[in-house]
Amino acid sequence: MLGVDERTELQRLCRQELPGLYSLARRLGGAEPEELVQDTLERACRSFRTLRDRQAACKWLRTILTNVWRDRMRRDGRLPDQVPVEDEGDFSLYRTLEEEDPFPYSDTLHIDFLGGFSEHDVHVVLERLPLRYRAPLVLRYIEGFDATEVASLLDLPDGTVMSQLHRGRQRFERELWAYAVESGLVDDHATARDGTPA
Amino acid sequence: MTTHGPIGCQEAVASLWEMVDGRLDELDQQRLDRHLAWCLRCCGELAFARELRGMLRDRSGVAVPHDVRRRLESVIDGLATPAGGEVPG
Repeated sequence: MLGVDERTELQRLCRQELPGLYSLARRLGGAEPEELVQDTLERACRSFRTLRDRQAACKWLRTILTNVWRDRMRRDGRLPDQVPVEDEGDFSLYRTLEEEDPFPYSDTLHIDFLGGFSEHDVHVVLERLPLRYRAPLVLRYIEGFDATEVASLLDLPDGTVMSQLHRGRQRFERELWAYAVESGLVDDHATARDGTPA
Repeated sequence: MTTHGPIGCQEAVASLWEMVDGRLDELDQQRLDRHLAWCLRCCGELAFARELRGMLRDRSGVAVPHDVRRRLESVIDGLATPAGGEVPG
């Protein structure tokens, strides 16, 4: 049983990290986020004494949540273990914007394009990504784990994660463009010239 | 990167996000720097990669709904209490 001071500290850390944990649970997707966070809090309580550096609580809690999520996805047969990475083709959002020029009067075309995306839009685009790309991207580029840590969290070889990150970035760019066209963030004329987006 | 010679645009673009995060090793960083020294388009790609990377990090948050927050805070209140489910030891 934790002492009073430990319990108070654990509760303070959990409250502090609650928004980030919930966001991570939602971004990873595939499981009920509230249940993921609740299981994470309970598991954190059981292993609180293994946390030596309180400054590392943020990363420690996110690691626990990712482990809870991974175990649940694996239990449900939904974790894409070592799925061969698809060839996403060579897509560059930067070049697509130059070619399609959706804001012909803009001197800051690329920045203006990104500026049209709200938090909700970015989240929707993330949700569109297949799990094998979304999970590595979220853990690496939003949560700040390095590639080796991501591989460990997902129980995948380093090389597989590197490929997933590379393909995932391209897929993310492709989905940003597709979403922008579908939702009217760019003018229709941008796609009228060549039909559907790349 | 696998070779030690000059790199082309495709290889340069593939490593831009790692450069943005400061995670390229010294040799790869030097090769990318040499490419960027003469390739204006890849310099534009780099600036865009910085913005895109920042957008993904800063603009994909999800707020906790009030009712969910209330229930989870109640879980936190119950942590490490006899009724809170902590396993001793």
